[in-house]
Order: sequence, then structure tokens, then C-alpha cells
Amino acid sequence: MYKSIADILQQAKEQKKQFWEIVLEADMESRNVSAEESLQDMEQMYDAMKDADSKYDGKLKSASGMSGGNGSLLDEYNASGKNLCGDFLGTVMARAIKMGESNACMKRIVAAPTAGSCGVLPAILISYEEYGNCSKEEMIRALYVAAGIGKVIGENASISGAYGGCQAEIGTASAMAAGALAYLQGGDNSAVVNALALALKNMLGLSCDPVGGLVEVPCVKRNSHGAVNAVASAQLALAGIKSVISPDDVIDSMRRIGNEMAPDIKETGKGGLATTESARKIFCQQEKQ
Amino acid sequence: MELFDIIGPVMVGPSSSHTAGAARIGFIAGKLLGEKINEAKILLYGSFMDTGKGHGTDKALVAGLLGMTPDDYRLSKSLEMAAEEGMKIEFGEAKLVDAHPNSVQMILTGESGSTIDIVGESIGGGKINIAKIDGIATNFSGEFPTLIVHNLDQPGHVSEVTSMLSHKLVNIATMQLYRDSRGGMAVMVVECDQEIPEDGINWLKKSEGVLKVTYFEGIRG
Repeated sequence: MYKSIADILQQAKEQKKQFWEIVLEADMESRNVSAEESLQDMEQMYDAMKDADSKYDGKLKSASGMSGGNGSLLDEYNASGKNLCGDFLGTVMARAIKMGESNACMKRIVAAPTAGSCGVLPAILISYEEYGNCSKEEMIRALYVAAGIGKVIGENASISGAYGGCQAEIGTASAMAAGALAYLQGGDNSAVVNALALALKNMLGLSCDPVGGLVEVPCVKRNSHGAVNAVASAQLALAGIKSVISPDDVIDSMRRIGNEMAPDIKETGKGGLATTESARKIFCQQEKQ
Repeated sequence: MELFDIIGPVMVGPSSSHTAGAARIGFIAGKLLGEKINEAKILLYGSFMDTGKGHGTDKALVAGLLGMTPDDYRLSKSLEMAAEEGMKIEFGEAKLVDAHPNSVQMILTGESGSTIDIVGESIGGGKINIAKIDGIATNFSGEFPTLIVHNLDQPGHVSEVTSMLSHKLVNIATMQLYRDSRGGMAVMVVECDQEIPEDGINWLKKSEGVLKVTYFEGIRG
């Protein structure tokens, strides 16, 4: 079992194993299941992510009317020949927004780690499988890398916007995805943990101030930003760039910052973007209707 | 925290607490009534009342009452489905005191006329807590096979239940006892690691002083 990122690294080193193997074995021990059972459960999660991705419907609008259709706009722009970001990143961004929109429109998704941040990880994994010609087995292993990172963050800090702000939701999702992507691209365990540390560091202090208290604005689009942050962080780590602050210290910083954040910007809908003139206008219009 | 609390659950959006948790509360409430629901009075409290509409909390609660789990893709159509099945639904505001901010009170009437009044709380990440049954405080998640025994507050009922479970080789995960007053009505909530065989439940039902036995297999977290 592991309590920290340092634990995973140490066990991996001692047992000459990869990051994902340590996470898998801890799950087997914790739930009293075989490796096959655990791998099967994880494969089901990946299949559910792909199913949700394929069922995006750009014509849907959320009940509030604030979300829907932006994934299709990105698809169109990506296909226009003017894509600024390159094929991989363009696709990642579209997928992340689509999943966030599907969630807002009451479609079935996989919380990873939460429903509000459900777009980041699948956007990166599914796009990588498509572009990197990666085996499904490798994708499942990458999910263990991501899940192990998320579990350490959840246990040592938080994955809930109400406790830790958005850094705990999109921030955690981004750190998980960064580690998974570094692994898939051939990074060693050091690259994996540096990717997660760099990703999470860049998300520290992010508020959770959703308009109307709904998982829509700014959550849906922030999935795209969280995914881009994950790709950038993996790229830095794969180049050999190290986080000066250790991953566990970054996670502990997130916990302390979360505690210090005002309640108004922790999922209460009482501060930040939620109390702007633009936000008020949307809800006044709705009440009239 | 388990690994699949991080990757998972598979759920219909948009909110693990306001949608998935709500569906789970509805599901467990339906199981607790234990028969087809004719009428449901659904009283919302706190954030469920304030932001429930935008989160589909109303649809999720009714979906749960219809037996759907939080990953059921038909969840957003539940109000229409309930109407087709002839389930009468009334929404309102709950008058609860010091309740969890995401709470709902559900008063259900079944086809045989039996009723149940529960208060459920959605405590985050899709996890829930059943905080009251028929006015008596409780505290359980519905993730385990759960046995609920309503009995007269008199000696012997706990040992009846535990000896039945031990006879059936069922391990108790948690056990809680509640009562409204000395010698009045008591409720026992037992969460188990294994499922309880039907004959064990039936035996309990016949036991003197036991007023009601409810059992459901649990719904994975």
C-alpha cells in the first residue's frame, strides 16, 4: 500500500516495477480482488469513457441553456486547416469540452475524479490511443497511473471543489492526465511524477465559483484548459525538466491553499464569476422565461 | 478511499452530489419501501432546493424511485416514465432542522398502502447517507447488503438478528441501534459483508415483537 507519491516511487524502485504495477497491486490488496478482476474493472471504465465520447451530441443544450454545442465548434475549427495547436492538442481540446458538455446535458460520463472534471483524462487518453497507435493494454495501464496519482491527492488533500476549490477538481484531473501521458509517451517514473507536480503546481489556488451553482460555467471549458495544461506539463517533464518542489509537497500545498480559500469561492456560488453582472443577467432572463 | 472512487463512478451528469447521489437516495428509498410506489412526496432542502432544477436533482430522485441506478442512461427521462407508470409525484420544500445542505425527505406510499418516510443526504462524490427512517435517526450508506429491522424496544431482538446472521455465515460490517423512546419503537440497521439468504429474512419476519423487516442487496459506491 502507498500513502504518498514518494511511497509509490520507493516501492517501484525496490521491487523493480513500474508505477502502474504498484497501483494495481494495492487495489488488489485493498479490494481483495485478482489482477484480472481489477484490470477488467478498469477496462470497463475506459470503455465507458469511450462510449461517452462517441455519444456526444452537439445539438443538446443543458437545462440552464448555458452549455452545449461548443465541442462541435471546435471540431469545425480543427477541420478548417487553421488549427493553431496541431492535430493532437486540437482533438484533445475538443474532446475535453464535449465530455464536459455531455455531463452538463445529463448524459452518462465517468467521474475522473469528479463529474465536473470528467473531460480531462478521457480527452487525453482517447486522443492518444487514436494518434499514438497505442494498445488498449497500455491505455489501461495509463489509467492506473492516473488513478494512483488521484488517490494520493484525494487522501492527502482533496478532490472536492467544496473543500479545495477547482484546483482539487480540474487541478487533480490535470495532474492525473499529465502523469498518464508522460507514461504513455515512454517517460520513466521520474518523468511521470514530475509531470504531475508541474501540472498541479500550475493549478494551485484555482477557485470554484460556478454560475448558479451549476457544473457548467466555468467548469465545462476548464476541462479543455486542464487537458492542455496536462499536455504541456508532460512535455516539460519528458524533456527532463524537473519540478523544484516535490510532488508530495505540491499536493500538501494544494491542501493548505484549499483550507485558506474563502468559502465564497468553494462551490457555494456566492463569489467570483458566480456573482458577476453577466451571471446575474443569465438568471434574470431565465426567471422571466 | 478506493481506486475506483477516483476513476468512477460511471454516472449520468452533471453532478455527483446533486445527480448521482440523488438517484442513489431515490433508489434506496424505493428499496426500503419494498413494493411498487403509487405516490411520492419529494421535499427538497438546502442546495437540493436551490440548485436542484439545473442539476436534474428532481429527475434523478424519481429515476431512483423507479429503480434506476445513477449510471442509467434513461435517467433524464424519468419524470415521463413515472407518469406512464402512474406514479403520482409531488415536489415541495422540506422543513428540516440542521440537516445536511444536500438533503431530501421522501414520503412514499406503496400499492398495498404501506408508507415510509425517509430523509437522505448526498454527502459528496455520489456517496449518500440515509439520515432518518420514519422519524428515527439512522446513518447508513446503502453500499452494503443492508438489513433494517423495526421492532418493539424490548430485550432479545439484537441477539435474534445476530444469531441468524452468524448461522448464515454473514459477517456484520456495521451495526446501529436507534429508538424513539424506552419501550417504544426501535430500528436496527445492520450493514453486512455478504448477502443474507432469503430464508434468514423470512425467519426474522415471523419473530414476535418484530414489526417490519427490510432488506436490500446494496448498491455499489
